[in-house]
Amino acid sequence: MTPTTQTTQTTQTTQMVTSSVPVGATCSPDSTLDWSGPMLAGAIVLDDRVAPCASWSAVVRAGDVLTIVDVGGNQSADCLIYHAHDTRERYSVPDTLAWQGNAYVRTGTVLRSNLGGPLMTVVGNEIDRQDTIGGACSKESNTLRYGHHVMFHHGCRENFLSEGARRGLGVRDLVSNLNWFMNVPVEDDGALGIVDGMSAPGRRVAVRAETDVLVVVSNCPQMNNPCNDFNPTPLRMIVVSP
Amino acid sequence: MTLADQHDTDTVHNARADARAQDGRTSEWMPYLPASSSPHRPDGVDPAALTWAETVAPGGYTHKVLARGSRIRFDDPTGDACAHVIVYNALEPVERLNVADTQKIPWQAYLGAGHPLLSGDGRVLATITADSSGRHDAFCGTSTEAWNSRKYGGCAPEGPVPAGRSLLLKAAAKHGLGPRDLPPSVSFFQGVRVGEDGTLHWRGSAGAGTAVELVAELPLLILVANVPHPLDPRADYVVGPLRVHAWRGAPTGPGDDRAGATPEVRRAYLNTLDYAEARGL
Repeated sequence: MTPTTQTTQTTQTTQMVTSSVPVGATCSPDSTLDWSGPMLAGAIVLDDRVAPCASWSAVVRAGDVLTIVDVGGNQSADCLIYHAHDTRERYSVPDTLAWQGNAYVRTGTVLRSNLGGPLMTVVGNEIDRQDTIGGACSKESNTLRYGHHVMFHHGCRENFLSEGARRGLGVRDLVSNLNWFMNVPVEDDGALGIVDGMSAPGRRVAVRAETDVLVVVSNCPQMNNPCNDFNPTPLRMIVVSP
Repeated sequence: MTLADQHDTDTVHNARADARAQDGRTSEWMPYLPASSSPHRPDGVDPAALTWAETVAPGGYTHKVLARGSRIRFDDPTGDACAHVIVYNALEPVERLNVADTQKIPWQAYLGAGHPLLSGDGRVLATITADSSGRHDAFCGTSTEAWNSRKYGGCAPEGPVPAGRSLLLKAAAKHGLGPRDLPPSVSFFQGVRVGEDGTLHWRGSAGAGTAVELVAELPLLILVANVPHPLDPRADYVVGPLRVHAWRGAPTGPGDDRAGATPEVRRAYLNTLDYAEARGL
């Protein structure tokens, strides 16, 4: 892989630095971007842009609504949710699925915790269905999926660990996650996998916090499958207080 | 006749004699020690090789640390067992079952013979080596106190309608682990299928007398809760006894057919063997 040139912002100056780090995925400069806006009206509490391949986290207060904008289209936003005041209570895929009796996430889906309690509710959704069975990519699982030649690539598990560490969370706190804007069908014979997405630039999902929650997102850096159209793009995270 | 009437315990001497008189008694659900004494020994298994033999009560749980290569067999003698299972690398329990990778990496949502139970670290913790049931689930996890309170009107772990999570929590605690250490579980003997629109369809049991076998690919901590599947449509709390046996064996080696079955599992076993070699296992 050829060395990449990145713009590095320091406190004093902006300078071009040539790096020998083999960066896995980069956002195509030709990408169509639509930054869109919040799905629900209200006072803006927070409005962040998440760079391609980066991580993000924030506490969303009970009643506030988080809009996630798929700015470049088909960009998986891998997402974990914790009770803000006791992170031992955290998002649970099986509880979410069992309580609603369905394997996919759509408007109305209550995102439940490992105790069965409601953490957030999907109150707006601009794609057919959202995924929560595909899990997160990692350097380790990439070696299974693609081979050891991609071990050096960045992965969502890495993002979760970095971002989680800023919030006092560690590897014991990583569980199966949501993948906003990712498409993982289960076929008749049980075949399951990540296929081409159903989203587009500017499509959104909105989730309302049912209690104070810590939301951790990995803007998926995967470059070996269609979870981000092989082109990692930015996300926009907007929290409004309705 | 009350329970007290059955015992003569007015002095220490009598109490000791009374307690000792229980020696040798059996119950329908109990561990069998030594394991070679199991009254339900699986056909073809050398009794001397057995390392674990137990019948888990309905609503009960069990747990064990097992050597790498151990064979584990679950039997559902009544057709109503439901084994909710979490496996860990016993040497580093932060490495544990990752249900998403277990479904995604093999491109298959439904568990069956040959399916690896993968950790989040790109390794195989255990492999399903045999399965005469075909009715399993990796979507719904186990029951919670909130679920059981809604469904059965109660959830006390010491009561008649315990939640699976409560039991797994106790099993985990006996190894120094806590709530952060409980990832989603898988369950054996009660099936669920996903419809085209995502609806989870109950398939239930394949009937009495089926079994599932696994092999431990690393030193394994295994937690098991035997409670009704969350989607079991019966209003009553119905679960049968679960038989568990383990015996000494060899882990999947590089020359085994299943180690080369697909590119994904071939590399998963490579990663597992690499870890085991480096640790001197």
